[in-house]
Amino acid sequence: MTTAVTTSVSARGRTVLSSFVRWETLLIVLVLGLIWVGTTVSPVFLTPRNFTNLVTAVIEVAIIALAMTLIIIAGEIDLSVESMAGLSCALLGFLFAAGIPLEVGIPAVLLVGALGGLLNGLLVTRFGLPSLVVTLGTLALFRGLALGILGPKGVTGFPESFTSFGFGTVPGTPIPWPFLIFLGLALVLGIVLHGTWIGRQIYAVGKNAAAARYSGVRVARIKLWLFVLSGVVSALAGVILTARFASARADIGQGMTLTVVTVVLLGGVNIFGGRGTIPGVALAALVLAILGNVLRLTNISAEIQSISVGLLLIISVVIPNLAHQAKSAMDRARGGRRTSAGSVGPGEVVSP
Amino acid sequence: MAAPAPPSGPLGGILAVVARQRELSLLVVMLVLGAFVAIQAPQFLSISNLTQVTVLASIIGVAAVGQALVVLTRNVDLSVESTMGLVAFVVADVLAQRLLDMPVAIAAGLLLGLILGMINGIVVGALRVPAIVATLGTLSIYRGIVFLLAGGKQVTLTDLPEGYTALARANVFGIPLFFVIALIIVVVAAIVLRQTRFGRQIYAVGSNPEAAEILGIRAGLVTFVAFSACGLLAGLAGVLWGMEFGTINATSATGVTLQVVAAVVVGGVAIFGGSGTVVGAGLGALFLGFISNSLVLLRFSQFWLLAIYGVVILAAVALDGYLLRRLQRSTARSRAR
Repeated sequence: MTTAVTTSVSARGRTVLSSFVRWETLLIVLVLGLIWVGTTVSPVFLTPRNFTNLVTAVIEVAIIALAMTLIIIAGEIDLSVESMAGLSCALLGFLFAAGIPLEVGIPAVLLVGALGGLLNGLLVTRFGLPSLVVTLGTLALFRGLALGILGPKGVTGFPESFTSFGFGTVPGTPIPWPFLIFLGLALVLGIVLHGTWIGRQIYAVGKNAAAARYSGVRVARIKLWLFVLSGVVSALAGVILTARFASARADIGQGMTLTVVTVVLLGGVNIFGGRGTIPGVALAALVLAILGNVLRLTNISAEIQSISVGLLLIISVVIPNLAHQAKSAMDRARGGRRTSAGSVGPGEVVSP
Repeated sequence: MAAPAPPSGPLGGILAVVARQRELSLLVVMLVLGAFVAIQAPQFLSISNLTQVTVLASIIGVAAVGQALVVLTRNVDLSVESTMGLVAFVVADVLAQRLLDMPVAIAAGLLLGLILGMINGIVVGALRVPAIVATLGTLSIYRGIVFLLAGGKQVTLTDLPEGYTALARANVFGIPLFFVIALIIVVVAAIVLRQTRFGRQIYAVGSNPEAAEILGIRAGLVTFVAFSACGLLAGLAGVLWGMEFGTINATSATGVTLQVVAAVVVGGVAIFGGSGTVVGAGLGALFLGFISNSLVLLRFSQFWLLAIYGVVILAAVALDGYLLRRLQRSTARSRAR
């Protein structure tokens, strides 16, 4: 339910640009501040080994957040990602235990990810159902399938070539292998979103689906492909989780959706769609990674972490909301035209 | 929903009935399935089994009534399971340490639930944070608080005063006490929704928040009250949870939100607000409990339960979407005529 911000054209150009700069700048300041805190509280913070730990701890979340960014910008949401990661993990373990090599198993679980995403997408686009309920349904369905396939047992004994992909780093650097996947995906999706007509159509769909449809955008097709993308990426995250834990369990990844959505919203993506950037989300992932790392280094309990993630999620929406309300109040006081009272996300993007 | 569509053929007639009478069709489905299960597994109809089903369904049903109020205003409360868990633990812990008498402890638990709901209500109603974001946040905040309070410890059956857990097995004229409580709450909520100004305001806000504001309804306030009521009822559900299970730790009631939302959706409350009844939500809870029980009796693995819940949710929303479209189409046709 977003209504367009009705400021004059020149003013809009300025505010869009300035708020875009401001949000990402804010995140960079936050990153630098956290790094400063990290170095003061712990001598090991700036070591290469700690960098590896820091990145690895959130890598699956960061990877899924990239796909979630596109979905939320398009005005939808996918709550089923954590269960798809779990299903992918369970299925990979099941296939491996049945003697099927990983070279076949991994493509197979990615295909299942695509099919799961397709199911979400078809239910949303063909049946016109709200993605919130559809993906809440598949959140249960995919997790249930994972539990049904693997039950309470775990599968271990994966080959070292596979698990070292989860544990190991690029030789001579502290960069974990999955980080390269994140970088590659961020680059591709960033270019698609910010540099191509597909990206512009995704923003158009999220801003106003009806208007987009009337101007020739194939709204349903775009949404369908985004859900497929989300399914594949979540399945990929499940594979990485399996490698990193060197075991497959059906309950893996539980509660991850919350962190993914937090990263995306903290990155400046508007929950109602139409606004947000990939660099913003990547920065937000970094903020969360460093925050979690600093808390761990200072031996603050995991419970405080879960509370702080929840608070961060709410604050990342409240602050832009309040800023927007204050700004429109100021505009009114100046006798300017009234802006919408709805919530406007922080990470405005310069889109045509 | 507007005036019922004129039936176009026998199928259209049936569909129109299904669309208008979700509660009735749920009952019919339950009776048919129940007959099937009873033939396959006669112990389904035993008093002890039926008691078990209704007691568990009543706990979910109480929370589902609160969730229905929130969903009717076009919001959702994903934090109910953490509210339930926090209240269940606090009440059990206070009782185990003999800090308060039972009635006072229960009242304190309900108050805690109310406060947690009010916090959600303020964040959504006043600060205008989208409900899904706000309650996803409080879902983890409230759960984090339970972990902080509980740590690794748990309250077990033997720590609790005997009268507390006995209430789960108490009955009124042969009907389980929990079921009576759930029934009273459904009836009260139904009356409030149908007969009071506030009830109509809830539907108005859910149907069209902007229009409701123009009519002079304070949408933010209505949303706040709905969330507060949801918190209060989640608190009650948490107390009932503690009585039923007796053993409470930091992870109690994890994953229950899904069942509660599923009950609401299956009960025919539209997730985009403005349409549906609390009777439907209550029946939805009963339906889910019934499915879970049938799985056990028919010797299916419990591990498939979650998958079946998922299918039930998807089937219910798909049916809703289909019926809505069909209804709109036939209304359009009858207007054109």
